[in-house]
Amino acid sequence: MPDTGRRGLPTRRQLLTRIGALAGSAALYQAMTSLGHAQGTDFSGPPVLTGARRGTRVLVLGAGLAGMLAAHELRKAGYQVQVLEFQGRSGGRNISLRGGDTITELGGATQKVGFAPGNYINPGPWRIPYHHQGLLHYCREFGIELEPFVELNHNSWLHSSSAFNGSPVRYREFSADFHGFTAELLAKAIDQHRLDDVVGADEHEYLRAAMREWGNLDASMAYRKGRLTSETRGYEKAAGAGPDGAPVPSGLLARKDVMRSGLWTWMAFHEHLDMQTTMFQPVGGMDMIGRGFTRQVHDLITLNCRVSAIHQNDRGVSVTYGDMNHGGVVREAQADYCVCTIPLPVLSQLDVQVSPAMQAAIMAVPYASSVKMGLEFRRRFWEEDEQIYGGISFTDQPISQISYPSHGYLSRGPAVLLGGYMFGPAAYDFAGMTPAQRLEAALTQGEVLHPRQYRKEFSNGISFAWSRTPWTMGCCSMWSEQARKTHYKALCTMDNRVVLAGEHASYVGCWQEGAILSALSAVTQLHQRAQGA
Amino acid sequence: MMMRRTVFAGVMAAMLPLVAGVAAHADTASGFSGPVQPLNSGEAVYQHVCQGCHMPDGRGAMGAGARFPAFADNPKLQSSAYPVYVVLNGYGGMPWLGGILNDQQIAEVVNYIRTHFGNHYTDAITARDVATQRPPHTPEEE
Repeated sequence: MPDTGRRGLPTRRQLLTRIGALAGSAALYQAMTSLGHAQGTDFSGPPVLTGARRGTRVLVLGAGLAGMLAAHELRKAGYQVQVLEFQGRSGGRNISLRGGDTITELGGATQKVGFAPGNYINPGPWRIPYHHQGLLHYCREFGIELEPFVELNHNSWLHSSSAFNGSPVRYREFSADFHGFTAELLAKAIDQHRLDDVVGADEHEYLRAAMREWGNLDASMAYRKGRLTSETRGYEKAAGAGPDGAPVPSGLLARKDVMRSGLWTWMAFHEHLDMQTTMFQPVGGMDMIGRGFTRQVHDLITLNCRVSAIHQNDRGVSVTYGDMNHGGVVREAQADYCVCTIPLPVLSQLDVQVSPAMQAAIMAVPYASSVKMGLEFRRRFWEEDEQIYGGISFTDQPISQISYPSHGYLSRGPAVLLGGYMFGPAAYDFAGMTPAQRLEAALTQGEVLHPRQYRKEFSNGISFAWSRTPWTMGCCSMWSEQARKTHYKALCTMDNRVVLAGEHASYVGCWQEGAILSALSAVTQLHQRAQGA
Repeated sequence: MMMRRTVFAGVMAAMLPLVAGVAAHADTASGFSGPVQPLNSGEAVYQHVCQGCHMPDGRGAMGAGARFPAFADNPKLQSSAYPVYVVLNGYGGMPWLGGILNDQQIAEVVNYIRTHFGNHYTDAITARDVATQRPPHTPEEE
């Protein structure tokens, strides 16, 4: 393909190649960034806050990632920081559960995690996009080791209750056939001149060539059973050695079923920017990030403080809280400024003295319901029997998906998978069940994807219902277009001496990156306010 | 995202005029919510949607200095218009449910709540009463 732009101007690629050759990769990266490529979220580096007035006090409410990062950056800038946390742990929604942990949910149900040593489930965040530059920056700075998270696995299952007789199909078989049949149809339409009014003659050849290669079509532009298609969708009998080593091609799914099944939705899913390769997870559990942040600011945090009121006036901020370390005795903490990261379902019910606009914003953003389930099995049957190493199988049943661990491959002994992860109606439904009912439903539905092993190899499991979690009373922020238009700026803009942070105060809602970016915005605003005051 | 998936799945499209009940979340991995319970009575709606927060006994719960309200002895239930408003629009941390519940289901669950958990209101409402209160709610595109 010619690589020149119109009127002899260099194309972007040519320009970048020249810059790269001349100035090396650092300059190339710089240039790519300024030309709009290689960009992550809106993060360009940690804030540089200088000249804080000595002795200026900041009270941070909440020791999740947003609160701990705000505390870290503010202390670095010279502020005197104190953090109050409701729970008996820091980390917030950055949490992992291991054997011996206990979950008590609203309504009183208590579960004890029975996983074997070394196993864990991440009931909150579990994967990190490569372009969440803010979070990745601090993982690097705080020495938190990451490993790849396998999002897309071509050998995982796709299941629809109403397609393919209710049997799961392999992702690679489905995607190969979907691409192949689509390419075949498009090629046919071109050859029959059905697209002549929209596709110019000069484009025909390129399109045909692309369809042929992309869809694995034969010379007659047909998608059919054979070696060519099996090289993508897999063989009936795999290639081997010896006298009987010849591979046997696999049969195709029926085109009508492929199109009707709706399973292509899961092909599109992995293509979203947020789900694209490479994704990461911390080695050892997501809470390694919370622990890494805690190492930076542990000396500033007081656990078990239940905030009930946030007041402010011309001179400062006053926060009332129950000191649960001392029988709930009511105390007051004073500061010059406050960074509040309390989740909105809780904050909206506290006595908070902010402007009517911020108050309305706090009331305007509900939290979604979400449920996750961690199931431990006696062995990695998905690896040993089915060659599934990490990744996700999807189903149209309420559990929505099964995700296999992206670590510990090929090891022996018990392992934990994500046996269900839902939002929306299914999450409301599962949250309303007892833990035992949730587990039974997870096994009944998971069994459809793994009929031979699911019940037999199951050892123990837990469920985590975010709307029944006392310290968040929901999973994460749920913005409507109307609320975003009316309330977003008021929620995120410092109100006299109080500024809010947390994923809810960002456009990267429900991701840890939202917490990071909102904390940086909050401390920057606070510093400007303090400098001007 | 949720809207597209659910509509294509064809599970609820016929039953629900506004399928998009949940905003697109960044890390949902689950725009697809699967076949949902039929929800053809107030009791079924309560059990499969409400009790996750308000609890099976309708007593609500107390979290970190905040609560899921109880239905017993709750003066806000005196007029049916209030619970209808809250179900359609959400309130504070509670999501709007006007997307996943139709007018009939909302009428039935409001009637259910106002005749259970120690409540004995006799002025039942119909789907038409709910329709007059329905606001526009558009979840954000991802």
